Amino acid sequence: MAGAKEIRTKIKSIQNTQKITKAMEMVAASKMRKAQERMREARPYAQKMRNVVAHIARAHTEYKHPFTIEREPRRVGFIIASTDRGLCGGLNVNMFRTIVSAMEEWRGQGIEIDLAIIGAKALGFFKRLGGNIVSEATHLGDSPALTDLIGAIKIMLDAYEDDRLDRLFLVHNDFINTMTQRPAVVQILPLPPSEEVELRHHWDYIYEPDSKQVLDVLLTRYIESLIYRGVVENIACEQAARMVAMKAASDNAGQLIDELQLVYNKARQAAITQEISEIVGGAAAV
Amino acid sequence: MAMTLHVDIVSAEEEIHSGSAAVVYAPARMGEVGIYPRHAPFLTHLKPGEIRVQTPEGKELFFFVSGGLLEVQPHVVTVLADTAIRAKDLDEAAALEAQKKAEQEMRDRKSEMDYAKAKAEFAQAAAQLRAIQKLRKRGRG
Repeated sequence: MAGAKEIRTKIKSIQNTQKITKAMEMVAASKMRKAQERMREARPYAQKMRNVVAHIARAHTEYKHPFTIEREPRRVGFIIASTDRGLCGGLNVNMFRTIVSAMEEWRGQGIEIDLAIIGAKALGFFKRLGGNIVSEATHLGDSPALTDLIGAIKIMLDAYEDDRLDRLFLVHNDFINTMTQRPAVVQILPLPPSEEVELRHHWDYIYEPDSKQVLDVLLTRYIESLIYRGVVENIACEQAARMVAMKAASDNAGQLIDELQLVYNKARQAAITQEISEIVGGAAAV
Repeated sequence: MAMTLHVDIVSAEEEIHSGSAAVVYAPARMGEVGIYPRHAPFLTHLKPGEIRVQTPEGKELFFFVSGGLLEVQPHVVTVLADTAIRAKDLDEAAALEAQKKAEQEMRDRKSEMDYAKAKAEFAQAAAQLRAIQKLRKRGRG
């Protein structure tokens, strides 16, 4: 009979795969919760920083930091936050598509592009595609430390300060909810002017050692925190996408098993029927 | 009621402390500063060291920062720390090790770059050690 045993082996193998995808789904679900928690924890810092930056920008109109000056773009930089691992659905692919179309647009205007890459997936992709990769940070794990990112970020910030870059973008996935993640391209530099709020009474900080130095440090930290937030958000997206992808995989495996079980039962029945008719036939012949 | 300050200590990775205080001491770049309620708006850069928060109940809390920014408004103090770990979490052995390594590097200084880095590491390790020793003393007393 056409391979009752073969079908059984196949079912077994699909069951094993299903076990793996189920385990991955559950791991991703718990990691996603943790990543969301980290996103929440990073919020107060960014918020405080934004308040201070906004205040200084308003109180200090005579000093223009290079980060706030708009220049004619000749060369732009992208910081790309991708994942280190695969099996997370179309998350990375969607993002790469967004980046590539954005890059095409800049290239069409004759503008060169530098890339700073976070995450092994983007590194592999842009190596194959042939982008100009100036810095990279990979294998950050599930809870990245800011210190792991500083190197990659600093290269881009230095380039901006030396006039080698005129725009800097951050690309990461926006965590909308567990089911939806959307690639987002955010302009980091020059810093977009903050919404003007009318100053009720004019006051300024006492700066130590002086306003320029404090402002330099502050703006660098601010940008680092923006990028850190993007990276953490991307991790939450990765886990959410993986959870959904693995759930779909487990469901598909279940369906496949049901279908194969049916085929297996039919084959088994056919074999038994055949055996009985052979025995009956043999007895009649005696 | 005595006047109090609200203190927030946050780092890019997490919120470390939030509460009220009578006085806050912080290691500013130009020397240690003590902030009492109704201080003038003030913004400075911190160097590695400890932040001491005296709560209105008279308790003293220690936080180690390896740099960052201090923002003061009349009733709110915000520390934007680079990496602030609770002082009790500091590992004395690791601090000693780091200090030794930094000292070593300072001895055979190869270039100005390395020297600057080593000096920064040394300052950080020394500040961590100070924070630990202070905690120890308080623990015993």
